Amino acid sequence: MIEIHNLHKKFNNSPVLKGLSLNIDRGQTCVIIGRSGCGKSVLLKHIVGLLRPEQGKVMVDGKEVAALDELELDALRSKISMVFQGGALFDSMNVTENVGFSLIEHTRIGRQELLERVEEALGLVGLGGIGSLMPSELSGGMKKRVALARAICIRPEIILYDEPTTGIDPIAADSINGLIRSLHDKLKVTSIVVTHDMKSAYHIADKIAMMYKGRIIMEGAPREFRESKDPVVHQFIHGIAKGPITEAVDNFK
Amino acid sequence: MFTLFFVDLGRKVLSLMHFVGGLTNLAVQTVYLTFKPPYKTERIIEQAKKAGYDSFPIVSLVALFIGFIFALQTAYFMQRIGSELYIASMVALSIVRELGPVITALIVAGRVGASNTAELGSMQVTEQIDALETLAANPVKYLVVPRFVALGAMLPVLTLYANIIGILGSYFICTIKLGITSSMYMHVTFSSLLYKDLFTGLFKSWIFGMLIALISCYEGFNVEGGAAGVGRATTRSVVFTFIMIIAADCFFTALFYFIFP
Ligand SMILES: Nc1ncnc2c1ncn2[C@@H]1O[C@H](COP(=O)(O)OP(=O)(O)OP(=O)(O)O)[C@@H](O)[C@H]1O
Ligand SMILES: [Mg+2]
Repeated sequence: MIEIHNLHKKFNNSPVLKGLSLNIDRGQTCVIIGRSGCGKSVLLKHIVGLLRPEQGKVMVDGKEVAALDELELDALRSKISMVFQGGALFDSMNVTENVGFSLIEHTRIGRQELLERVEEALGLVGLGGIGSLMPSELSGGMKKRVALARAICIRPEIILYDEPTTGIDPIAADSINGLIRSLHDKLKVTSIVVTHDMKSAYHIADKIAMMYKGRIIMEGAPREFRESKDPVVHQFIHGIAKGPITEAVDNFK
Repeated sequence: MFTLFFVDLGRKVLSLMHFVGGLTNLAVQTVYLTFKPPYKTERIIEQAKKAGYDSFPIVSLVALFIGFIFALQTAYFMQRIGSELYIASMVALSIVRELGPVITALIVAGRVGASNTAELGSMQVTEQIDALETLAANPVKYLVVPRFVALGAMLPVLTLYANIIGILGSYFICTIKLGITSSMYMHVTFSSLLYKDLFTGLFKSWIFGMLIALISCYEGFNVEGGAAGVGRATTRSVVFTFIMIIAADCFFTALFYFIFP
């Protein structure tokens, strides 16, 4: 369903992605882990076509994203949604207008039905009845969940989550993990989840992929990760300060 | 020292070309998307209210003072050569042809252009513009087109209004302070103004309106580096708009001078 092949990307001459390849099957939930700043958000932005690769390609449903024309790109974006790391809610609109944005813009849906769809999406993230608030009146975690509601409101086939549970209390985080699982089980949604939270990674993932130095250094089932002997993977998933990942820095000191 | 000067100059020239290229690109896209359905009339009206209607108070105030000042300034010279009667025609022509369009454009650039850049810039740094794109809403169609249409339509209206208020300001000074009769003043004003004076002025203000919208949105889209970046972009936007307004004014004034002598 999503095939990423030999992706390269530089910013101001410093390479971020250096030949990254990854395949995700239809209906699969893939969790991406990796250190802060290693390019996880950049990878997601390539999949929705917000960034263009310098080399390599991203294929969604057998079509190369960077080669799509405007109409095809709009068609792609009507079945793929992205939850941004910072939420990216439109702060000139209230919660209902945010969550229902696509429905308002692209369909001729009636007011009553719109409110129902929005309320349903908000209900799924545990935030019913806040439709008339403005984003500036919400807490950080609430914004995150409204962004999630906006992503699921269009009933997409693919959802990209950029750290959906960061900055959210453990109870709400668990219910979001539950939501990701149930979208996977009931609606066969294909998901890519970037997270730093290993517990939720084990809970929701069909497969985990670890990014390191601009590539995927390991992919596999959660069990394989838990049992991995690879020193880099081991250091990362157990959160150990000393090890091969931080060695370069230590030598420098 | 000397070589550095040329390096610096080269960089400036390149960045200017980059700016002009980017702006042209945005202009082409905007014009194309303006005519492409669907038309978002509510968003245009919302912007027209923000850009046009809400600018009436400040435009009134400034135009009135310009009228006062210009009448007094002209009177100072006209009294020396004993032709006070011509104050009215002098004021009317200057305001309708030049001062009205330019001053109104500068006010709107400061008021509306700056706010456009700040708004779009903070949308850019908080990824709202990326979010628009992923929701299949073209940011140019959604954000630039309404501002482009609204400013292009409202600036001539504001200018026409500023012309009237400016001439009224001068009328007060002349009839109250300089002893010119009201009917005389009106007669001289209307007999000196030709339709082409009015239309060239309004045509220029239409151009200025589109320039303000395009430059302010372009700068907003190209913000880099958080809140400080938004601040820098806002300054750049106002400075560039002022320069472009004056340059365009100079160009069109010369053009009209030669084609409609
Ligand atoms: N628009 C951009 N311009 C310049 N550099 C960028 C841009 N976007 C990302 N980068 C750089 O790319 C690198 C990867 O950024 P990215 O946001 O993908 O990290 P991340 O893996 O998502 O980290 P985190 O877990 O903290 O969110 C960073 O070093 C960042 O400086
Ligand atoms: Mg990130």
